[in-house]
Amino acid sequence: MTVQELLDSKMFAIVNEGEDTAREITTVFCCDLLSIAMGRAPAGCAWVTVMGNINTLAVASLADASCIIMAEGAQLDEMAVKKANGQGITVMGTELPIFEAALNIYRKLPKQEKEAIV
Amino acid sequence: MNDAIVLKYQISPDDFTRAGEASSDVKGKLKQLGISPEAVRKVAIAMYEGEINMVIHANGGEIVVEITPAEIKMVLADVGPGIPDVEKAMKAGYSTAPDEVRNLGFGAGMGLPNMKKYTDDMKIETTIGVGTTITMLVKL
Ligand SMILES: Nc1ncnc2c1ncn2[C@@H]1O[C@H](COP(=O)(O)OP(=O)(O)O)[C@@H](O)[C@H]1O
Ligand SMILES: [Mg+2]
Repeated sequence: MTVQELLDSKMFAIVNEGEDTAREITTVFCCDLLSIAMGRAPAGCAWVTVMGNINTLAVASLADASCIIMAEGAQLDEMAVKKANGQGITVMGTELPIFEAALNIYRKLPKQEKEAIV
Repeated sequence: MNDAIVLKYQISPDDFTRAGEASSDVKGKLKQLGISPEAVRKVAIAMYEGEINMVIHANGGEIVVEITPAEIKMVLADVGPGIPDVEKAMKAGYSTAPDEVRNLGFGAGMGLPNMKKYTDDMKIETTIGVGTTITMLVKL
């Protein structure tokens, strides 16, 4: 599934539509501690978090996540929205808890990518 | 070494809104140079952790990145307080970061371990009251 397909699925609200939306989502990753996310987030992951400050955007970009999903109704602060715009990072939002948000993405991943997770 | 590209950045202290800008800039330049995505990611992660540490722990500093066809070398030099026990600081989970830093999602004590994990070589030179210089290499 590509980032664009996830956007189009209307599963989540669109906070910012980024640049590289044709990119394939490789896996789902959940974490709110930025330095753990930095070391562990797999390249190309959809990153589900409640941490919405400007540093979240930096970590997503540098660790090369394909998109960010803000769970639990968590909001990006104003500066973070600007950064998402400027850096072309795709951000979506949902009222769902982290696990349910991640599970919904997982269910849409192709079979071989699901198997790679379990 | 005469075909090295050298990039220099001044890192300002205590400015979390700008922290990561140097690393983002390097990431962009490496991409433009056609460096492999895996190498770009390694450099970006390692340098960001070092950059954040300079902001949190060391009153800022200077980062010099040297790019050659064989490797990318990052030298992060600060005139902060120094690291009293490097072995302890390298342990996953060890952190002296204050609460307001933790509230931003940092201070998990994973920075130095991440820097080691994502680079092919890492050297820490530190003197109490004088500063810290961390040199990291990513081979291409
Ligand atoms: N440049 C530095 N100058 C002084 N102390 C540092 C520096 N970098 C790291 N440290 C010390 O090493 C500890 C561990 O660093 P790190 O693994 O990045 O974790 P964190 O930044 O989350 O605290 C820090 O809490 C700090 O005490
Ligand atoms: Mg750190």
